[in-house]
Amino acid sequence: MAGSTARVPVAKTYKIYIGGKFPRTESGRYFKLNASDGSVIANVCQGSRKDFRNAVVAARSAFGGWSAASAYLRGQILYRIAELLEGRSDQFVSELVLQGVSRRKAKKEVVASIDRLIYYAGWSDKYQQIFSAVNPVSSAHFNFSVLEPTGVVSLLAPEDSSLLGLVSNIAPIIVGGNTCVVLASAQLPLCAVSFAEVLHASDVPGGVVNILTGFAEELTEQFASHMDVNAIVYCDGDSEVAKNVQVRAADNVKRVLARCDQDWTADAGQSPYLISETQETKTTWHPIGG
Amino acid sequence: MSVVPLPQEVRMPDLSRVALVDEVGVNERAARFQTRSIKNESKVEALHMILSMIDLTTLEGQDTPGKVRQLCQKAIHLHDAMPGLPHVAAVCVYPTMVGEAKKALGNHDINVASVATAFPSGMAPLQIKLEETRIAVDDGADEIDMVISRGAFLQGEYRYVFDEIAAVKEACGKAHLKVILETGELGTLDRVRRASVLAMHAGADFIKTSTGKIQPAATLPVTLVMLQAIRDFYYETGRMIGMKPAGGISNAKLAIHYLVMLRETLGNAWMTPEWYRFGASSLANDVLMQLQKQASGVYQSADYFSKD
Amino acid sequence: MSTESTKLAFNDGWQYAPAPESTDHISIDEQYGLFIGGEFVAPESGRYFETVNPATEQTLSSVSLASAADVDLAVKAARKAYNGAWSKMAAADRGKYLFRIARILQERAREFATIESLDGGKPIRESRDIDIPLAAAHFFYYAGWADKLEYAFPGRRPVPLGVAGQVIPWNFPLLMAAWKIAPALACGNTVVLKPAETTPLTAMKLAEVIRDAELPPGVVNILTGAGETGAEIVNHPDVNKVAFTGSTEVGKIIQRSLAGTDKKYTLELGGKAANIIFADAAIDEAVEGIVNGIFFNQGHVCCAGSRLFVQESVAEEVVRKLKDRMETLIVGDPLDKNTDIGAINSASQLETIQSYLKVGQDEGAEMYQGSGSLPEQGYWCRPTLFTGVSQSNRIVQEEIFGPVLAIQTFRTLEEGLTKANNTPYGLSGGVWTDKGAKIFKMTQQIRAGVIWANTFNKFDPTSPFGGYKESGVGREGGLHGLGAYLKLET
Repeated sequence: MAGSTARVPVAKTYKIYIGGKFPRTESGRYFKLNASDGSVIANVCQGSRKDFRNAVVAARSAFGGWSAASAYLRGQILYRIAELLEGRSDQFVSELVLQGVSRRKAKKEVVASIDRLIYYAGWSDKYQQIFSAVNPVSSAHFNFSVLEPTGVVSLLAPEDSSLLGLVSNIAPIIVGGNTCVVLASAQLPLCAVSFAEVLHASDVPGGVVNILTGFAEELTEQFASHMDVNAIVYCDGDSEVAKNVQVRAADNVKRVLARCDQDWTADAGQSPYLISETQETKTTWHPIGG
Repeated sequence: MSVVPLPQEVRMPDLSRVALVDEVGVNERAARFQTRSIKNESKVEALHMILSMIDLTTLEGQDTPGKVRQLCQKAIHLHDAMPGLPHVAAVCVYPTMVGEAKKALGNHDINVASVATAFPSGMAPLQIKLEETRIAVDDGADEIDMVISRGAFLQGEYRYVFDEIAAVKEACGKAHLKVILETGELGTLDRVRRASVLAMHAGADFIKTSTGKIQPAATLPVTLVMLQAIRDFYYETGRMIGMKPAGGISNAKLAIHYLVMLRETLGNAWMTPEWYRFGASSLANDVLMQLQKQASGVYQSADYFSKD
Repeated sequence: MSTESTKLAFNDGWQYAPAPESTDHISIDEQYGLFIGGEFVAPESGRYFETVNPATEQTLSSVSLASAADVDLAVKAARKAYNGAWSKMAAADRGKYLFRIARILQERAREFATIESLDGGKPIRESRDIDIPLAAAHFFYYAGWADKLEYAFPGRRPVPLGVAGQVIPWNFPLLMAAWKIAPALACGNTVVLKPAETTPLTAMKLAEVIRDAELPPGVVNILTGAGETGAEIVNHPDVNKVAFTGSTEVGKIIQRSLAGTDKKYTLELGGKAANIIFADAAIDEAVEGIVNGIFFNQGHVCCAGSRLFVQESVAEEVVRKLKDRMETLIVGDPLDKNTDIGAINSASQLETIQSYLKVGQDEGAEMYQGSGSLPEQGYWCRPTLFTGVSQSNRIVQEEIFGPVLAIQTFRTLEEGLTKANNTPYGLSGGVWTDKGAKIFKMTQQIRAGVIWANTFNKFDPTSPFGGYKESGVGREGGLHGLGAYLKLET
């Protein structure tokens, strides 16, 4: 019973996040994530079409409740995500470092991600006022236009900005009442899985955010074509990818939002206009009379 | 052996079931009737119909037997220069003038209508109203135009208003009862609809918009709401009730649009003086001028048409 | 409640004599060129096609068939104008040109209304009271935005996109042209527009107006043609923005064809709107709303209330009143001022509608039609309703684009809402109830871009219009309609 041997660390199992649960991929497939020294960091789930299908079902069933939640509540929940991310900063920094990001950059990215969540938490009950209108129609009617969430959004998250890019895209989608299914960066998947754990602990209802790990080459077509997805956001890829996404998206007239070449660390990486891109304008008429 | 008809059952309607009215929708529908373009033979036919539906009216404090005799003369001889004209449906006068009107109209098939029940305010005890009604009928009135108690109605005393109409109806005997809602004092179209239902169930033969003493008097939207109430009553009971817009209808074009509204709401069965009247004093001459213009192709001057 | 003895009669007695709008004041050329670079020019191919009055089947005029070469010329003219006069002009002056167009349209309103009805079959009452005044109002509204765009987008600098390629449908020919051209120009773009194959004439007349208003050559180019011409415009490499109004089927083709390009696009597509009548509604006004919802413009309306949901306790009353009301609808000569339902726009559209009437009956639904007579020549369809249908009927699921109403009943609010949203479309919806809280619940939960509560089929230049789901992408009209024609720079 010698006490001199080093403790055997407990390795983390990185799973996918669907409907508020952490299953392994139904396909049983995985891919190895290696550290720069060649050692194995994790066997990461290689999410499948069926995982995506299940995630869309979860996102659709969460949509009614989440879109009906008060703006104030959505803001508080985004703030709560930021709080928990702050508490686990070190873990996220370590994961980024483990995946080859410099410690200085990693720290900066985690801090920026927290701040981004705070930024959008603050928008939760304000963007509506910026983008809504009372329209002075000529007839005896009261007419107003408000924003409503588009619905279920599929998101192919940025490959190279695995936490900040992820957060910068998820936050404007969900603060506006949408639910989403996300494919995390394949090269840098760890933070996405850990971020799912943060979401899970942050009062975000199950199904509002669903995160898969896997390969865009394999899943983009599903993300673009699924008939119960209302919008697709993608952040990488050449014109061939863009073309494929839009061709498939047309099957149900999805809104297609390309956010390639976006520097998520820049000021332009956050904006209420990003919220408005996954919103629909609804205009309501009612007579004014006695 | 004679069969005594059972008295028609008079029962207070369930006012919670009265149809709701949306003012803007009614205004839009009323405006649509005014986009109808009535030309040529259908215009001539309409103008004749309008003349035959007029209750030629004088309701002034300054009315005298002489004035009433002149009015009756006009009722019989609308414009003898034009052959083939119908006569008006009725002359409408105060109770004290009924006898004079009856005499002046003689054997002509023109009814005498009398306002009653403390017209136009209706602010008198029920007994007085009933007595006034009986006197007018005894003097020969064929039709009684009563006013409802708007104060009581606005207070929500629907039972009182209902009972009062039913009592006046009884006092009318054989005379037809027109119930004036005085819609200009009811304030909303919902109340117009409610008052219409109340009046029809209480025994009205006709419902009528206005006394002519209060603005606004008849309007297309108000009349539409009353026509719709008549239609629903007909659907429900199979009984036809007449309609009389009164006040403010002084030109032929507007009167034609009232007919358009009538036709498209209740259908052709109502398009006779038996079921539809215009309460008006100056409408007849404008209709006559339009008819003359249709015949001659020349626009007319009021100087060529008698004012009585 | 409904008995033979209490049936209202509308067809005997006093009827309305014909009251046709005069055609003396209009002139239609025998042949129209293409409007490119401020001039009417012959098509490269030398080919023309005829446009027909659907009420008489008589040819009205022949218009040019624009080919790829013509599209290229038009896009070049638009590009030249965009790089030249139009972008150098002060924004306020751009606005003044739009104000001019609005004014000229108002002055020539009667002529436009008459031609619109001749070419498209819609009743003169509608072209006179709705289409043409609204088209002028759209130009007037967007004219005022031209020099105020920065106020619409806080924190952003709006810049125009360039050349807009616009393809519009046949149901509101001039109005759709106005919806497309006015915001595009106000935002500083130039335009290549193609009117629909069956309704080109008011667009050619609009070209005259644009010429008379002395817009710089090439700012607006109007090309006539069929689907291929539209595709050439959409796919032209030097077009920066595509705006399309039409069927969902074609919209998807366009969305696919734009894949891999940087072109911005807005699509305003089909619909199958639910019009929901609660028992506590003002029923008579609701019946008017139903009539206006489905029989307006022969039902050739993307936002038509083609699926009627009536709460069971008032279903009998509503259907009875609706049937009586249908007896008073006058079907016939579009130029007659008393016509309520004009001609079906084309022989092929009539065929489509008739095939759906057959489908509905084959599916076991009960069909009822107004009893009025129809003219012998021309393309006509009586106002039609189907009862005894459910969500699984094709006539409930598919856009018919004709005066055909499918009626279902519902019991609870949730049931009505679920059925209303049970469609891939999401353009519009209607709800009728006297209860305020219920209005807000319903209007919030119907997934559609325009909701009419206690009214239907209302339009205004200030009011954004556009669909959820397969009914389209983007909004037209109002402040929100500007976004489709601008790039927002930081």
